[in-house]
Amino acid sequence: MKLQEADAKSLLVSQSLPVPPWAVVRTPSDAREVARSFFASGAEKVVIKAQVLVGGRGKAGGVRLAADVHEAEEVASAILAMDIKGIQVRKVLVAPAADIVAEFYLSCVLDRGARKVLFMGSAQGGIDIEQVAADEPDSITYIHAHPHLGLLDHQARLMAFELGLGAHLAEVVAIAKGLYATMIANDADLVEINPLAIVHERAADGSIVERLRCLDAKITLDDSALSRHPGLEALRDLDEEDPVDVEARTQGISFIRLAGDIGCMVNGAGLAMTTMDLVKRAGGQPANFLDIGGGAKADKVAQAMRLILADPSVKAILVNIFGGIARGDEVAHGLVEARTQQERTVPMVVRIVGTNAELAAEILEGSQGIQLADSLDGAVEAAVAAARAYRDAVGADGGAGR
Amino acid sequence: MSILVGTETRLLVQGITGREGTFHAEQMHAYGTNIVAGVTPGKGGRTALTANVPVYDTCWRAVQETGADTSVIYVPAPGAPDAIVEAVSAGISTVFCITEHIPALDMLKVIPVVESYGARLVGPNCPGATSVGQAKVGIIPGSIHKPGRVGLVSRSGTLTYEVVQALTDAGIGQSTCVGIGGDPITGSSFVDILALFAADPDTDALVLIGEIGGDAEETAAAWRLEHLPDTPMAAFIAGRTAPPGRRMGHAGAIISGASGTAVSKIAALEAAGVRVAESPSEIPRLLGEAGVRPD
Repeated sequence: MKLQEADAKSLLVSQSLPVPPWAVVRTPSDAREVARSFFASGAEKVVIKAQVLVGGRGKAGGVRLAADVHEAEEVASAILAMDIKGIQVRKVLVAPAADIVAEFYLSCVLDRGARKVLFMGSAQGGIDIEQVAADEPDSITYIHAHPHLGLLDHQARLMAFELGLGAHLAEVVAIAKGLYATMIANDADLVEINPLAIVHERAADGSIVERLRCLDAKITLDDSALSRHPGLEALRDLDEEDPVDVEARTQGISFIRLAGDIGCMVNGAGLAMTTMDLVKRAGGQPANFLDIGGGAKADKVAQAMRLILADPSVKAILVNIFGGIARGDEVAHGLVEARTQQERTVPMVVRIVGTNAELAAEILEGSQGIQLADSLDGAVEAAVAAARAYRDAVGADGGAGR
Repeated sequence: MSILVGTETRLLVQGITGREGTFHAEQMHAYGTNIVAGVTPGKGGRTALTANVPVYDTCWRAVQETGADTSVIYVPAPGAPDAIVEAVSAGISTVFCITEHIPALDMLKVIPVVESYGARLVGPNCPGATSVGQAKVGIIPGSIHKPGRVGLVSRSGTLTYEVVQALTDAGIGQSTCVGIGGDPITGSSFVDILALFAADPDTDALVLIGEIGGDAEETAAAWRLEHLPDTPMAAFIAGRTAPPGRRMGHAGAIISGASGTAVSKIAALEAAGVRVAESPSEIPRLLGEAGVRPD
């Protein structure tokens, strides 16, 4: 689960990391008011940033500066009207613009190959780290945290000196350890500070001082660990989720909506991906990824069918079940039940093999609109043909109005 | 003799009295697996299955009394990391963890403990392993196999069954089929299992079933090129059409930025001389082209 910048920053603050103040607002007038308070506390400019989970918001124009309250309102208004990669911007983060001297990159990420937490840093901050890795691989320092001892002080010091931040040693060590602590405390897959910046700030006596500040943050949480962090589940941004995805998750069905018109219902993630791939290879377009999971009882099959049919572009359904733990007859009963409850019917191709496949065939034999298939390739071909025939018969709108 | 499990395996089932544990213990027993003990804390002294398998409260006691050397875990995620450590510290040398949804950071801590005991962990979130005609440990249906000399390793469950069925239907038998699991952090990698197959006199050809996410397939390709360049080998990679940044069911199946794509994995495998199928049904033919004959 990806977190919005503001939520990621809050988690950093909980680990005592230095993050400048910010506010999240949903309207231009609120943006103006929080900007006013930042200007009143001495900010020369404010930065206004779209809060969306997709990358590339800066390039899309979703991050802009404003020099006074009126400009802040205008900029917020413009950003709140934006659509970034298909995501409607619903809120913006407003913060005092930092007076940046230098930018760095710092992150902790799950290293799958090494099976350790990887602590990464670079003096090339503020830009996409994958680009840095491609262009200047030597500018990145990689340090593995110890699985039981964690990130040690000497490792944090090593990073500080490698990044040329020796003059800020104590600050870097504190930030590095706080970064790692954020990863562990929240079961994150990734905690990224980019940029970590040296900024000029005005001290209490009026003099200008250099400080390290976390100006942007990105956190991805381990979905498998969310159950032990109920507070984090509440940070899920439902604004950016397809309601069907939300419904699927509550039912324990793994579902991802795609752009095509052939609905897929499969048991097992690998087989579900394979089914999608084969649909595409046969000239069709999968409408979704759907893994009904192990067991696959009749009621779950019926729920999955409702999820698929909620997408009006679906013109055919391909059911591919390899019975192991899942029993073919259970799935078949679920399909028949779902069929009776459906508000609209589209052609369905069903392939059930493995445990109780013969029983499944008996149950489905003669069912209106259900075509049985033996092989996976054959089932895919049949589903692609069925979608094409249905499209031709009903017209380009796919009969969305039943 | 195949790999990981066989006729000599003395299996301990952790979570044997649970719903999943009971069902699969029966299936494993019916396949001929030698189940010597079960463990469920608080249910020691009972017996499980029609085979009268003794149930113990602790792995330590189970190992002491039965000489169990392999365990399979059907314990729910919150208790599974502890169950792994309990098994290896009791002296179990090979642990299969079927449980899914174990937090990755838990596994990071558990894996070095397993290694410190010199034990091997397969999984978590895996279907287990079957040495055809000898023993099955986990949840792979026993009926799909045919004995033979092809070793199979996979990150998947039902996709594995699909490929095994295709091999069996084509008359190509298997030595051992192993699922290493769909999580980002697993106890055994493709390379770990390929190395076991390389040392197995009963395995002559290999099938690798990979998917998007991580770089385990690329690492396996490099390993093959160095260690087994002449062994007939076919592969299938799931997720060619998966959208980037989305987790495709398995916790580990995600394209992050430019890494973990099917394109990269297929290119690496092909460069290592592995024949990569576009559909599971093509694998028997590709093995045939590499010189594998039906059994």
